[in-house]
Amino acid sequence: MIPAAFEYHRPSDIASALATLREFGDEARVVAGGHSLIPMMKLRMASIGHLIDLQDIADLKGIRIDGNTVRIGAMVTQQELIDDAALTRAAPLLRETALQIADPQVRAVGTIGGNVANGDPGNDMPAVMQCLDATFTLTGPSGTRDVKARDFYEAAYVTARADEEILTAVSFTVSGGGHAYEKQKRKIGDYATAAAAVMLQKDGTACSAASIAMTNLSDVPVWSKAAADALVGTACNPADIGSAVAAALADISPTADNRGPVEFKRHVAGVIIRRAIERAWSRA
Amino acid sequence: MNELAPISREDRVEKLKGLGHSRKRVEDVRFTQGKGNYVDDLKLPSMLYGDFVRSPYAHARVTSIDKSAALALPGVVAVLTAEDLAPLNLHWMPTLAGDKQMVLADGKVLFQGQEVAFVVANDRYVAADAVDLVVVEYEELPVVTDPFKALEPDAPVLREDLAGQTSGAHGERRHHNHIFLWEVGDKQATEEVIASAEVVAEEMVYYHRTHPCPLETCGCVASMDAVNGKLTIHGTFQAPHVVRTVASLLSGIEEHKIRVISPDIGGGFGNKVGVYPGYVCAIVASIVTGKPVKWIEDRMENLTATAFARDYWMKGRIAATKDGRITALSCHVTADHGAFDACADPTKFPAGFFSIVTGSYDIPVAYVGVDGVYTNKAPGGVAYRCSFRVTEAAYLIERMIEVLAIELGMDAAEVRAKNFIRKDQFPYQSALGWEYDSGDYHTAWNKALKAVGYEDLRREQAERVEAFKRGETRKLIGIGLTHFTEIVGAGPVKNCDILGMGMFDSCEIRIHPTGSAIARLGTISQGQGHATTFAQILASEIGLPADSITIEEGDTDTAPYGLGTYGSRSTPVAGAATAMAGRKIRAKAQMIAAYLLEVHDGDLEWDVDRFVVKGAPERFKTMAEIAYASYNQAIPGLEPGLEAVSYYDPPNMTYPFGAYVCVMEIDVDTGVADIRQFYALDDCGTRINPMIIEGQVHGGLTEAFAIAMGQEIAYDEIGNVKNATLMDFFLPTAWETPHYVTDFTETPSPHHPIGAKGVGESPNVGGVPAFSNAVHDAFRVFGLKQAHMPHDHWRIWKIAHDLGLHG
Repeated sequence: MIPAAFEYHRPSDIASALATLREFGDEARVVAGGHSLIPMMKLRMASIGHLIDLQDIADLKGIRIDGNTVRIGAMVTQQELIDDAALTRAAPLLRETALQIADPQVRAVGTIGGNVANGDPGNDMPAVMQCLDATFTLTGPSGTRDVKARDFYEAAYVTARADEEILTAVSFTVSGGGHAYEKQKRKIGDYATAAAAVMLQKDGTACSAASIAMTNLSDVPVWSKAAADALVGTACNPADIGSAVAAALADISPTADNRGPVEFKRHVAGVIIRRAIERAWSRA
Repeated sequence: MNELAPISREDRVEKLKGLGHSRKRVEDVRFTQGKGNYVDDLKLPSMLYGDFVRSPYAHARVTSIDKSAALALPGVVAVLTAEDLAPLNLHWMPTLAGDKQMVLADGKVLFQGQEVAFVVANDRYVAADAVDLVVVEYEELPVVTDPFKALEPDAPVLREDLAGQTSGAHGERRHHNHIFLWEVGDKQATEEVIASAEVVAEEMVYYHRTHPCPLETCGCVASMDAVNGKLTIHGTFQAPHVVRTVASLLSGIEEHKIRVISPDIGGGFGNKVGVYPGYVCAIVASIVTGKPVKWIEDRMENLTATAFARDYWMKGRIAATKDGRITALSCHVTADHGAFDACADPTKFPAGFFSIVTGSYDIPVAYVGVDGVYTNKAPGGVAYRCSFRVTEAAYLIERMIEVLAIELGMDAAEVRAKNFIRKDQFPYQSALGWEYDSGDYHTAWNKALKAVGYEDLRREQAERVEAFKRGETRKLIGIGLTHFTEIVGAGPVKNCDILGMGMFDSCEIRIHPTGSAIARLGTISQGQGHATTFAQILASEIGLPADSITIEEGDTDTAPYGLGTYGSRSTPVAGAATAMAGRKIRAKAQMIAAYLLEVHDGDLEWDVDRFVVKGAPERFKTMAEIAYASYNQAIPGLEPGLEAVSYYDPPNMTYPFGAYVCVMEIDVDTGVADIRQFYALDDCGTRINPMIIEGQVHGGLTEAFAIAMGQEIAYDEIGNVKNATLMDFFLPTAWETPHYVTDFTETPSPHHPIGAKGVGESPNVGGVPAFSNAVHDAFRVFGLKQAHMPHDHWRIWKIAHDLGLHG
């Protein structure tokens, strides 16, 4: 578990981080919490000549809530998400999810930016960001641009972020309503066997808006429009939820791993999605 | 120096902190402060670092090794291959099981992760870089990871070095991948009873391959002093004296020129009993370079290449009368030993003490046959927190009882009670040749069932099944029962040895003039708390406070020879040696006291911490006074000083037992199982330190929970290890660990000096079947008879799925 030699850079502003990235090109990678990248380097599955540590960049920190808009700096840790009372009031889904990521030690260092930018289908926040219809801000040599979380993921570890760009913030509009992040895992620290993020709004007795996204059930996070559509306008009765689950399952393509074969994962996914919808509806 | 105000007898007993006292662990002062001293903490001047090039293939011919690029890297001192070790005859080494094993790949590799070359560099990081620069060319060969396929006629030949050898250390080999057939019991009589039995239950029970996975991995620092020719090896050794003997035999260095030191060890669980290529390579590298060489494996190396545990395919058949009286047991095992037979068992027991498989039951006739088989998997087969192959045996019999109960339509608790060896049958001669020393199974069993409210649990379970059938719940309740009997404390020298060394153990005591003492033992703690408990044994024997007694182990230059710590043998064997050495101290102390008190020896009696003149309680000498006198008085007929040594050869094993009940809630749809209740009653004979016993039970149950519910080393069809990291290898954290309730009965061993039996491994032996039986029990009503461990979410889900419970 010893990585190959690398140079360590620790810029204090985004401009110098970008400059270092440009200088070393393919040789360089930015590191946030490091809980994905450092193990890969130790296993020598990733060889990084230049590691650019983002932790001294003040602009990447902080949670800002402005009316209905939430903006979270990429270097905000999972623990900071959990501890932020205002954020929890605005978007309780984030705290509920962050508490299900790894263990307290990892959460103290792991960041939201790293979690969403790495493109690891096992990470929990990408599906949550899709569920919230969040926007990722990417900063590169020619300025910043915004990409929707729902458009960001292309394949496992392949995202819309260009090599010379840094994901600097995530932002989303608070929608209210009921939420749930339901996750089945083998143990603390494990990736999901299946997980689902659900947001539901209620108007009278009917569901007026819905958003459903899933973790680790495909090579990218899966936001299922069809599943959401199946609930809107219904009273979320068991049959309605059944239709939504069926629609969600039609959008996933899990692969077999040590957690089990595809057949098992699809079955568990159905159970987890149903439970997430039920819980979100009970809170709506 | 007699006390002016005499303190009560109770106070004197309390002050000793002897047997039965929940004395706090003296080791924890340093461990809880991070001040332990482990092998990897050792840094010697100009120390070099070794690292292995390992095979990515499970079976391949090594066609070439090019080490030139590695050697060219600045800081690299040497790259050793089998070719370099061959002139020393160290490219292969003997195993503890009578086989031999490659130290470095000699022409071929036989499992993924096998050691191919050993890089030595002046920096740990340089060594790791150099490993990447060694270019090895392989020619892949067909892989066998299934022991049944390995025995097929046209299976690939794994061990070409054994070509033409039709017999091995344990008798005849009937196939090129066959190691031995070990048989115990009366096969013919067993077959006859089974053939005419009223009821027979038959099942293939697989105890999967897992791994002890101690928190500290294996490692050593070998240091050859070129001036005085003395080799010092610091290492993670569970048996330092045996390592010294092996090192001497292998290297030709005389034993007095070798010093083996086991410092603090971060858990062993059987993983640190054997001798690994890393030790041999570090020693050779130190001799060659004249510098200390450190080798520490990483977690993946530990999981893939050092000793695994279990991997037993057990075909059980159990016969009974219609009313549930067991009449015979037969078990055939196909034992997957991996590429080399490197099991750590006493020499004459290639399947360990698996013949304890009749368990807690009075079974009139039985037979066991174990076929050892080579496959393209890592070698090992160690006793992972159990006596040799005892967990396998306990699992088989406790599963067979459950299967028999199904066949009989009886409650499994009742089947057990009906067949227990009765209290009046001890000492009990088992059909497979063991003499059980003592037990009172019915009392323990009844206490356990009462404690958990067994009948109420069964009622609740039945109600739940009805609710499930009505569609009101998707959760089932499983009640897992186990009554296990262990066999520990190897063992009598007449039938137990390792590499010819009889399995005695030892204790040497020196009493200091002012009434404190040091005792050294041939064992070595890896977390068991020996420094705490052995001092307690001694405190009760010699009347000095445990706090005034230092316990030392692990340095072969100072400690007396012993066979080490594994198989719950420390208390039964070294603990007995400690008591016996203490009694020698007391015998001499009695003579000194008689001289000081001017009475005859026989006029004195021992009282807690002193000798008292019979009938004159005011006339006494405390052990502290006697100790002082032994150094400053010229006592006629007695040598000065107060020391003793005992080498204890136990007359028999000890047979701890216990009754466990596990209650589980199982989510049929996700396969998630929650442990609702776990009750563990252990009878380990005399209890030395109840708090340490409780800690041992908690630890052992947690490992049992891991094994039963998810922990495994699995291979794909081409021999890749699928669970080589802690992401996939299940090591429970505090979060997953269930809550346990512990309890006890106390049935002393009649042959042990203080009646103690050992407890460290009981919870693993009994825990695994308790957890597994709970899973099975939840689905019994739906027709489940047997489902293999580990019971992870997927496998539990599959049980439900296969039984049609998903609609």
